[in-house]
Amino acid sequence: MKITKDEVAHVAHLARLEFDVEETEKFTSQLNDILLYMEKLNEADTTGMEPMTHAIAQKNAFREDAVLPSLPIREALSNAPDPKGEFFRVPKVIE
Amino acid sequence: MEYEPVIGLEVHAQMLTYSKIFCGCSTTFGEGPNSQTCPVCQGMPGVLPVLNKKVVEFAMKMSLATSCRINPECVFARKNYFYPDLPKGYQISQYALPLAEFGYVDIELNGGNKRIGITRIHMEEDAGKLVHDEHNPSSYVDLNRTGVPLIEIVSEPDIRSAEEAAAYLRRIHEILVYLEVCDGNMEQGSFRCDANVSLRPRGAEAFGIRAELKNMNSFRNVQRALEYEIKRQQYVLEGGGEVVQETRLWDDTQGVTHSMRGKEEAHDYRYFPDPDLVPIQVSDAWIDEIRRTLPELPLEKRERFLREYGIPAYDAGVLTASRALADYYEAVVKLSGKPKAASNWVMGDILRFLNEDRRDIRDCPISAESLAEMIVLIEDGTISGKIAKEVSEEMYRSGKPPRVVIEEKGLVQITDEGALEKTIETVMAANPAQLEQFRSGKDKVFGFFVGQVMKATQGKANPQLVNDLLKKMLPGT
Ligand SMILES: [Zn+2]
Repeated sequence: MKITKDEVAHVAHLARLEFDVEETEKFTSQLNDILLYMEKLNEADTTGMEPMTHAIAQKNAFREDAVLPSLPIREALSNAPDPKGEFFRVPKVIE
Repeated sequence: MEYEPVIGLEVHAQMLTYSKIFCGCSTTFGEGPNSQTCPVCQGMPGVLPVLNKKVVEFAMKMSLATSCRINPECVFARKNYFYPDLPKGYQISQYALPLAEFGYVDIELNGGNKRIGITRIHMEEDAGKLVHDEHNPSSYVDLNRTGVPLIEIVSEPDIRSAEEAAAYLRRIHEILVYLEVCDGNMEQGSFRCDANVSLRPRGAEAFGIRAELKNMNSFRNVQRALEYEIKRQQYVLEGGGEVVQETRLWDDTQGVTHSMRGKEEAHDYRYFPDPDLVPIQVSDAWIDEIRRTLPELPLEKRERFLREYGIPAYDAGVLTASRALADYYEAVVKLSGKPKAASNWVMGDILRFLNEDRRDIRDCPISAESLAEMIVLIEDGTISGKIAKEVSEEMYRSGKPPRVVIEEKGLVQITDEGALEKTIETVMAANPAQLEQFRSGKDKVFGFFVGQVMKATQGKANPQLVNDLLKKMLPGT
């Protein structure tokens, strides 16, 4: 096995996902298949190759430092389920 | 056992751009909540962040000013975690391939200079701001700050005391502000600092277990928090306990650090390269171009002031505290040709006036030209140093040049011997008892006569001339 049920549960927790026992088993087995398939990549000889971070060759895509109009507040908050005044409202988080 | 603190600092500095790092929203501080957001910085699906070139240039400036090596290629990475101030569920930062590495700054301590290594400098976006409701179980989110450009400057664990930490921070702050890439405002959060602190037995190689300190929003608080934390860890270790690896928050009002429990498990950020942002390639030509725009840095300026103007190290330190002040001083020196007098006036009256009004040197009503002119007028004897104090106050109040003030108030120094002799004769005639005392050998009465003559001339008499004439005239013959 490439991945354990505990690891799947941990990653699920980090992603704030809740799985029941059956789901955890199912995803563990599916993720295992995927990781096994990825193993195939290790068969390629990459001696002397720089690791690549992107699939395209383009570099240095910049914009100039210019201010553009922002969203009107009403639109900015339009996806919020529970806004208050000019704020998004969320359950209290205490550091 | 004697313990030695080992401290590393992480500074977050806001880059002084007009727009955010990946979108065109304004970075202006203090605007209405959520008035500076767009689909990109709100993290809507399907949007594409595009890097603000100015952020790279500013970050390169700081990297070069701290002798870092700029990597020929760097990439952005996603740092994944959930928090309501982070709408995308990840922060765009740099991880494995940062912009720059292996730098240093030199700090001045009582016992001489010390070099503090800089591990890396990388670019990232800021998160939003949370406002907690005092009465309801709610927090309010303002995303204006989301996507504001930051650089993170990570030091090597080279710092050995709270005092060294403060000196390092001041140096980093000073360089950022000199470069004009950060406004350095700690109250508004443009310059923030976290610290990693551990203790080890003096002489030991291995580091102890460290705590991370957050929430210190002034140089003084950083020093206080570190002093407290060093004592706390020492107490734990001396009691046979173990320091817990954790994040601790500085509580300014109580003067202690508190453990921030429960967030530790979240430190699994699963960084990976951000596919939305292509790599940044920095050519030698680009580095040279940026290097040419670097101003003279504070330490270089300080050394030059010592060398060229022959002023004390303390004065050079004060005068180079900001670029604008240093420029002002140099303009006065250039126009007056008197570096020491210029230093005395700027460090004395000018800074006192400005401090009293909490004004910046750029808003000083006395121009460098006016101050230089006044110094020349003192040198050539037109006014006495004492009168100059009065003149400078009036110049500061009215913004008028010294010649005008002197003329309007009739403050030109009396250097006319004949006129002064007459005044002295009057004074002598008016104080026969004191004159008698002087002539019977009481030298101390001499000062009384100087005072009387100055009073009679409203302080305008040339003091040297008064002295000479009194010496001649008082003894009689
Ligand atoms: Zn935006």
